[in-house]
Amino acid sequence: METTTAIKWLAACRVEDVPGDGGACVLLDGEQIAIYYFSRRDEWYATENRCPHKQQMALSRGMTGSAGEKGEPKVACPFHKKTFSLRTGECLSGDDYRVRTYPVKVKNGKVYVGI
Amino acid sequence: MSNGNLPVVVVIGNGMVGHRFCEKLRTAGLFHIVVFGEEPRPAYDRVHLSEYFNGRSAADLSLPMTGWFEEEEIVLHLGDPVREIDRQRQVVHSGKGISQHYDHLVLATGSSPFVPDINGIEKQGVFVYRTIDDLDRIKAYASTVRSGAVMGGGLLGLEAAKALLDLGIPNPHVIEFAPRLMPRQIDSAGSHTLEASLRQLGLQLHLNKVTQSIEGSHRVEALQFADESRLPVEMLVISAGIRPRDELARLAGLSVGTRGGILVNEKLQTSDKNIYAIGECALSQGMIYGLVAPGYEMADVVATNLLGANKSFTGWDMSTKLKLIGVDVASFGDPFAAEPDCGTIVFEDRHKGIYKRINVSRDGQYLVGGVLIGDAAAYNLLLQTVNNRLVLPADPAALILGNRESAGEGAGVMNLPDEALICSCESVTKAAICGAVAEKDATTIDAMKKCTRAGTGCGGCIPLVKDLIAGAMKAEGLYVRNIVCEHFEHSRQELFDLVKLHDVRTYNEVLVRWGKGDGCEVCKPVVASILASLWNEPIVKQATIQDSNDRYLANIQKGGSYSVVPRIPGGEITPDKLIVLGKVAKKYNLYTKITGGQRIDLFGAHVGDLPAIWEELIDAGFESGHAYGKALRTVKSCVGSTWCRFGLHDSVSFAIEIEERYRGIRAPHKLKGGVSGCIRECAEAQSKDFGIIATEKGWNLYVCGNGGSRPQHAQLLAVDIDKAACIQYLDRFLMFYIRTADPLTRTATWLDKMDGGISYLKNVVINDSLGMGQQWEEEMQGLVDSYKCEWKEVVDDPELRKRFTHFVNAPRKKDPQLQFDAMRGQTKAKEW
Repeated sequence: METTTAIKWLAACRVEDVPGDGGACVLLDGEQIAIYYFSRRDEWYATENRCPHKQQMALSRGMTGSAGEKGEPKVACPFHKKTFSLRTGECLSGDDYRVRTYPVKVKNGKVYVGI
Repeated sequence: MSNGNLPVVVVIGNGMVGHRFCEKLRTAGLFHIVVFGEEPRPAYDRVHLSEYFNGRSAADLSLPMTGWFEEEEIVLHLGDPVREIDRQRQVVHSGKGISQHYDHLVLATGSSPFVPDINGIEKQGVFVYRTIDDLDRIKAYASTVRSGAVMGGGLLGLEAAKALLDLGIPNPHVIEFAPRLMPRQIDSAGSHTLEASLRQLGLQLHLNKVTQSIEGSHRVEALQFADESRLPVEMLVISAGIRPRDELARLAGLSVGTRGGILVNEKLQTSDKNIYAIGECALSQGMIYGLVAPGYEMADVVATNLLGANKSFTGWDMSTKLKLIGVDVASFGDPFAAEPDCGTIVFEDRHKGIYKRINVSRDGQYLVGGVLIGDAAAYNLLLQTVNNRLVLPADPAALILGNRESAGEGAGVMNLPDEALICSCESVTKAAICGAVAEKDATTIDAMKKCTRAGTGCGGCIPLVKDLIAGAMKAEGLYVRNIVCEHFEHSRQELFDLVKLHDVRTYNEVLVRWGKGDGCEVCKPVVASILASLWNEPIVKQATIQDSNDRYLANIQKGGSYSVVPRIPGGEITPDKLIVLGKVAKKYNLYTKITGGQRIDLFGAHVGDLPAIWEELIDAGFESGHAYGKALRTVKSCVGSTWCRFGLHDSVSFAIEIEERYRGIRAPHKLKGGVSGCIRECAEAQSKDFGIIATEKGWNLYVCGNGGSRPQHAQLLAVDIDKAACIQYLDRFLMFYIRTADPLTRTATWLDKMDGGISYLKNVVINDSLGMGQQWEEEMQGLVDSYKCEWKEVVDDPELRKRFTHFVNAPRKKDPQLQFDAMRGQTKAKEW
């Protein structure tokens, strides 16, 4: 496994465990992490699974999509449809919340999350 | 200089107002403009100064773009304050020795923070909060201390307290000598609500406190109050009001007010007609205006008059709305007007931190003013209602109790007069907005911003601007495109027709053909619903375009558990099936409750248990109840003629027949039905999307009723018809609704929006006025024939079953965060 000085890469799941244009939750180091796959763009993202609004472990079950002309990747929490940028973790629907984001890489059919 | 022959306008001060003046004047190219600024940097956004502490840089706050002054050929002297005005010779002398002739001189010198004369005010660690340099000094000092206080509980003081929080000072103190916060804007009850919210956010508030001295050897160590109490703090930020910067004007012999401020007339001319004063340094009709909007208006008045037109400044509405540390605060009109001059209506929700007060004229006709804390959504409409003297609805309380839409019914935006000021930051009227729609084709918010600048300031008027754009488009006879979302330039109905015409079966293909980007949580379920209504293929095939409930075929509940609702058609169930429900509930530790639709809801299922639960239910003869989908829910029935002594026909059998006919059909919103065996109406059929009531001669069919937040009775569609006609009409009615309704629109709302209402609907359904009857009946029959139980599809398919897990890398592990409490012999989800 590759390592860099700052990031610890952990094997999270297989590529096929994450549905295309949707999310799935993994348990890594005791943390619940949501992984998202944008199949049309072939891009991977990861955030904490917790929605900061009502502390529900649900972001992986939310609908993904994009916002704006630049196509900011986002996910909508299934509870109250708060949306978050998958790039920055910032809430896009007008609240001050933020979710933690993690780097993702894929190698040999496996998905790795950097913690 | 090329423009040497033009009249010279000298502007002293490059703050927000001075800069706005330059912007207003430059486009004409009729003047040579020279600006002197005291600060080392060009004008910046002082309104959003506190954002400097959470990441915005000085460059982000800057108003002009780099190179703007050069491009506009405006000469800018920064870090060079004017020291003297020679009115005789019409020349100003700067600190760096520049002498500049002027034909017109504009003083935009702004204000300085008021620093009270308190013992120890000169100590290290005492700051004012005004400029970026002040902020830099505060930032540097804050990193060396652990506690801090702000003197002044007004608007700026609270902003400064927020800045201290952002700088990592834990629980900063706010000291206010008045008995309440923001004494100029809000009343004491409003202040109480605000105080509670701010305390929760970590501020320590001290009201009724007069600071007597600042203690400490060299640095601030404590504040000593007049009531002999003492507060140890290591730094103090003073925000106790502003003083107009009128020293230069005094020196030049211009008239000033007794308490400061350069006296101006309606044209903003000082006692020297070639010299103007604008912004916070100007004293207009006894008032100093400490907000940016009136300053901008003054800049516009002077620029307009210099350009030869005629405009006056005759005062400004000081209504204001802002977000203080995340709490909405607004005050408008006369917030303090009270009995006996007017009646006061107050709404208070301490739990949510909401306080709303409106003051209504004695005759109940007009709104005088008010205060909003915690929820200021109604601000724009209330302000318009005050400013334009709109007549209030019969029950003015609805203005603060209802949502924006219902407030709008009392005072619709299109009823506003043309001169109604919609965007007060940029002074844009209703006429200007409607005009931009009609003449410049500005039909989006972005286009409107470019065209009129409306909404570019605080942004608070944007909902109102949107409503006006839609209203003006309708008035212009323009087609209001009711588009799904930013990814599709089509209405739901248009997409429905396109998908059908081109026989498209997947979301991705719909997106590629008619959309852009990656879709979102709005268009995905809309398209999913269209695909399901047209092709009736199992929705689990495209799980990730479904709303969460449809993705997991269950309703997500608190804690992330799911509820399970098997179909119990017509509410009829055998004892054996009841026992199965009880057994399953006990086995999986589910909470059970009878629903309003005559079935049994099982709550608290782990996502991983859902397939096993359904396997047992399906084995016992149950099928999905679609409680999670925008689909037919239930057809409720009374017991009817089989048992009831009043019953005319067998309502239960008919309800079961209808529920089984339309089960699983996806629609723009959920659908509910009811069948009653006589006019006593025990099935409450007239509150359903479709309701059937037995008569002596047959059945009466009602449609478009609704319970919910805005109950509406169903309307009579057909009288004394037989069962076959009833089903024929229902087929047509439902297909018409499924094809044409907007997303998430119940049948009642759909009918409300329909031109011609129920008589038009009757004509379409009964008289087949569109000639679609036969096609719709065939389409409906196609849906009925292709019905499959979604849960059976999942239970029987090991690959689909795998999707029902919380952790994909630990499929057997349940979400440890999902916890339950005991309640009345069952379990419930832990409170969030």
